[in-house]
Amino acid sequence: MYKILKKEYLNPTVVRMVVSAPEVARRADAGQFIILRATEDGERMPLTVADYDREKGTVTIIFQVVGATTETLRHLEEGDYIADFAGPLGKKTETEGLSSVAVVGGGVGSAIAYPVAKKLHAQGAKVDAIVGFRTRNLVILEDEFRASSSELHIMTDDGTYGERGLVTEVLENLIKAGRKYDEVIAIGPLPMMKFVSLLTKKYDIKTVVSMNPIMIDGTGMCGCCRLTVGGETKFACVDGPEFDGHLVDFDEAIRRSRMYSDFESHSREETCNLFKKEVE
Amino acid sequence: MANMSPKKNPMPQQEPCVRCKNFDEVALGYTEEQAIDEAKRCLNCKTRPCVAGCPVAVQIPEFIARVAEGDFDGAYKIITETNSLPAVCGRVCPQETQCESKCVRGIKGESVGIGRLERFVADWHMKNVKTEAKKIEKNGHRVAVIGAGPSGLSCAGSLAARGYDVTIFEALHVAGGVLSYGIPEFRLPGEVVKHEIDELRALGVKIKTNMIIGKTMLIDELFEEGYEAVFIGSGAGLPKFMNIPGENLNGVYSANEFLTRINLMGAYKEDSKTPIMHAKHVCVVGGGNVAMDAARSAKRTGADVTLVYRRTANELPARKEEVEHALEEGIKFEFLTSPISINGDGAVSSITCDRMRLSDPDESGRRRPMVIENSEFDIECDCVIMSIGTSPNPLIASSTDGLDTQKWGGIVADEVGKTSRDMVWAGGDAVTGAATVILAMGAGKTAAEEIDKAIMGK
Repeated sequence: MYKILKKEYLNPTVVRMVVSAPEVARRADAGQFIILRATEDGERMPLTVADYDREKGTVTIIFQVVGATTETLRHLEEGDYIADFAGPLGKKTETEGLSSVAVVGGGVGSAIAYPVAKKLHAQGAKVDAIVGFRTRNLVILEDEFRASSSELHIMTDDGTYGERGLVTEVLENLIKAGRKYDEVIAIGPLPMMKFVSLLTKKYDIKTVVSMNPIMIDGTGMCGCCRLTVGGETKFACVDGPEFDGHLVDFDEAIRRSRMYSDFESHSREETCNLFKKEVE
Repeated sequence: MANMSPKKNPMPQQEPCVRCKNFDEVALGYTEEQAIDEAKRCLNCKTRPCVAGCPVAVQIPEFIARVAEGDFDGAYKIITETNSLPAVCGRVCPQETQCESKCVRGIKGESVGIGRLERFVADWHMKNVKTEAKKIEKNGHRVAVIGAGPSGLSCAGSLAARGYDVTIFEALHVAGGVLSYGIPEFRLPGEVVKHEIDELRALGVKIKTNMIIGKTMLIDELFEEGYEAVFIGSGAGLPKFMNIPGENLNGVYSANEFLTRINLMGAYKEDSKTPIMHAKHVCVVGGGNVAMDAARSAKRTGADVTLVYRRTANELPARKEEVEHALEEGIKFEFLTSPISINGDGAVSSITCDRMRLSDPDESGRRRPMVIENSEFDIECDCVIMSIGTSPNPLIASSTDGLDTQKWGGIVADEVGKTSRDMVWAGGDAVTGAATVILAMGAGKTAAEEIDKAIMGK
């Protein structure tokens, strides 16, 4: 059992939790993920490590309420326990030798992009952070990003905060203006990562994306998280979760991510009828 | 006076038309009367050929003699002297190729139903004797076991019985390994597995779940923490795919994923939080026990099931009993058939296969499947389950310096489980590739004896 030490809402549907998990914290690093079961009868679900503190033995997770498991999880309070919390899994983000990077985050994916930006900033790299959200009240981690970047661009689809438009537009403007990047790291919804990758391919800038497919065990056992990368089948859990964005078959990944969408929306509605209204 | 009936007491079981709609256990087990009657068929031969056929050397004639006398508790004690998981073995061991294949009664008629008797004794004990912590004198030595599957549990049980302080590190949230995630409820109920593991806990075995060795902790760190020896029983959990077009379409599962969703995550239950596809027509590719488990599980979720195998019924690697059960439950078999592509627009709609023929025997006497030209045909289906084998998980080997592996991923170990690393043993599927529960248990037990010698000899 893993105790929730801190819980806060970053926006109406995104929750940050600091969890006591010393064994996971000990070896955790940016880019890796954990698998949790909220309750004893819950499903196994992967979540990327949003932060960790080795001395305090804590791991921070940030999640958006999208299905039954996240709905159950958000009803757990400080002092409650998460049934299972295993990791760290997957490979860590390779940041060595990078001196100029654009970190692009979309929606709740910004929560995963943040530790990467933090790590790069801490090692002295120049970080341009570009984070996009649908609207003003969904913006998260603004202060954190500001503290970990040389330049921060906040984008909203409806222009209610920051700049109006898509992350790809501002990224392209920066590239056109002569900004040189060793690498672009894009973490967010699959369509966002797809279009960032298409854009950077045009300018021949290496791009890393973090994939978050459906998983069960997270150790290579089920093969549920498989993706096509450069024509080969890869398991996101052990070969990733980060891959070369120019090689990922995003259309396949998008299709596979919807495999159980009927089941998920149905079970979430069952769990909470009020939820939909709250989001609206 | 021995019971000279040439046939075994038949195993009571659920009718096929009933059981193919539920996940309850198929075989119901002997009654006390049936068990005693069957036990009396044993001739108690002096040569005890059956014992030589058992990878963990269960003292078979001795325990059967107790059953014949009605001393079921005594029988249980004899079995568990050498076997840590009797209720599991009584259900899933391929006795027909092991102990029972050596039985003298099998020469003229059917062998003694050794597996059925073992199961009866274990079930009787589970029902009638409360699990209590055993008093074993501790010897003060600590051993780490990686993986709470058959080999790890068997190794841990043997060591704990000798007084070792044993901790099992399990990657998943429950113990059991393939017994929990792989073998379905209708063949091996979760309650039975849980009870046998509780018996091991009563011996003093500690189990730490959610510990992925190679990720959460490294083998070197286990030694730093004071464990004197390590046994690796991490199994062969990595699913193989055929690398044919369409394998990543929605509706294509590895058998591991399909069975894990159903067994480990309980997706067969109405209120499960883990989804499973309810397909109309499922195609299972493969011919082993796992393929039978996947096919029969799919049938129970309401699908029509076709099993595709590239050789003939004679070469099926699955146990005969499993194949018979599958046939009774209405699984269709397409022999001499090999998939070449899976088709569909986003989701599976059919699978294209070649017809095969078997070649003349080669030097090793094996007949290889050969493609018959222009024999392609389609099978309509909305779900495909790939069950063509698994290979060892590389997480441990890749994070442990000096631990040698075979090209295909198996950990290199000698016949007693010794690896290339000092004080590290390995056994079960992690060493051999996918094999049986009982062979893994035998390897775990042998390694336990070696670990004992090594630590005591220091």
